[in-house]
Amino acid sequence: MTEQERIQKQRTERARESTPPVSVDATKGDQLKADLDDLLDEIDEVLEENAEEFVRNYVQKGGE
Amino acid sequence: MSVAKVLGIETEYGIAGGPDADQIVASSIIVNAYAQEGRTRINWDFEGETPDMDARGLPDLTSFAPIVETHLANTVLTNGARLYVDHAHPEYSSPECRTPLEATLYDVAGEEVMRRALLVANEMIEPHQAITLYKNNSDSKGNSYGTHENYLVSRDVEFNHIVRAMVPHFVSRQIIVGAGKVGAETEVGQESDPFFQLSSRAEFFEEVVGLETTLKRPIINTRDEPHADAERFRRLHVIIGDANMSQVATFVKLGSTALLLAALEDSGLAAFPAMPRQPVGAVRSFALDPSLTYAVLCEDDRERTAWDFQNELWHLANDHVERKGADAVAPPDQVQMVLTEWREMLDGVRDDPDTVADRIDWVAKLRIVRGFQERHSLPDGDARLHAIDLQYHDLRPERSLARRVGLRALHPEDEVREAVHNPPEGTRAYFRGQCVARYPGEIVAANWDSVVFDLGEGPLQRVPMLDPLRGTRVLTEELLETSATAQALLEALDR
Repeated sequence: MTEQERIQKQRTERARESTPPVSVDATKGDQLKADLDDLLDEIDEVLEENAEEFVRNYVQKGGE
Repeated sequence: MSVAKVLGIETEYGIAGGPDADQIVASSIIVNAYAQEGRTRINWDFEGETPDMDARGLPDLTSFAPIVETHLANTVLTNGARLYVDHAHPEYSSPECRTPLEATLYDVAGEEVMRRALLVANEMIEPHQAITLYKNNSDSKGNSYGTHENYLVSRDVEFNHIVRAMVPHFVSRQIIVGAGKVGAETEVGQESDPFFQLSSRAEFFEEVVGLETTLKRPIINTRDEPHADAERFRRLHVIIGDANMSQVATFVKLGSTALLLAALEDSGLAAFPAMPRQPVGAVRSFALDPSLTYAVLCEDDRERTAWDFQNELWHLANDHVERKGADAVAPPDQVQMVLTEWREMLDGVRDDPDTVADRIDWVAKLRIVRGFQERHSLPDGDARLHAIDLQYHDLRPERSLARRVGLRALHPEDEVREAVHNPPEGTRAYFRGQCVARYPGEIVAANWDSVVFDLGEGPLQRVPMLDPLRGTRVLTEELLETSATAQALLEALDR
């Protein structure tokens, strides 16, 4: 099995474990929600820890 | 008759960190870091810069003309772009491009230039001084900096007609190309206390027409500095855009505007929708309305939503393309691509915004802001929601949220890497970039419409490039290939 196939297989297996079976008409909305959940997990990881200070310290001089 | 829509985008990047958190110092470090990497040491030449010329033809004594700062770091890149410090921001002005797709590529290349400069700069300074860059337009505290588009326009079009034709587009296009913003930051914006706005720039506009870019910002900027033969050309300097992270949004912003300008040049004002009676009120109100239902009264006594304006303008552009084509803007396939993307964004944003979250920045941003707020039960205005807004535009790959939301790219990464070094082929940017790459030791300065050589003896020699469509690869490649030195090039040009 090539590296690519192996990764694909892992992905497929993971997807099977994590995705409950869905009826056909519910899929689109559920898929969007699942995608957003994954995205929010990632944002939880990379968002600056001290958001208040991060935002407060970002002060610019006007430009143009 | 429409002239070739030579176009490009200038972007001032937001900047934080650096020694003593001084933004002018940090911006200079960024520009010099890139220059010292050997990419370029060529200076910008200020000869011919007249940013205080007013397209209305009359001196406006109440206007403040922009000041050209000549002492700050300033370079020309081998891809034909200008990289410099503008006020307290590093700015990348893309080279002149021939099509909206190409101009999008060189805008994205600018992000890559800044990212590389950031890496080199942060190697040079202490870790606790690390600089960060943001491709955005405001700091959420009332300070704004610009993303300006430029379009070559025929001098035959009356400026007054440009105003009447383009105001409806500039107030309404934010529904598809707005970058989105959490909250409001100007006095007038805070009166409405919005949770979210479609455009980050809308609340900063106070006039319909004017020369300023930093005070009393106008929807139509009258700076008349064509950087080309002023008898034939204008350069429409558009200051009302947001910095887009979505490549598709940049492409449609440029493509739609270029098509409408070509339609105006070819067929006049008649088919354009009437202006809103209160354009400044319109641009601000539309920004406050993600439901896209707010309508404004127009000069023909009809009411229009931002979507209505865009729908009419799309039909105008589509009809124009069907009747006359739009070779001035791009080859037919690309013109169709503009119309198709523009249409899909319009229909998507009205019917089911989730379907265009992969190309409209404000939709993508609002989706994660709302999602994050719900997940963590945060009140409106929470600092973490503002942090998401800021980090959406963060250039650091490990922090950028725009990289994570699933925006569709138009240009693969290898194409972007090429564009970091190589100029567009269809404008004078080709000659400028090639000269900088081939004869770096003999060029003392360059600007939009000339390159200045110093051969060591005799006077400096300026090669003028007043026509943006000369100096292309087709016209100059052989000359450059057969000129091993700058002296040989200048001799060949003299013949």
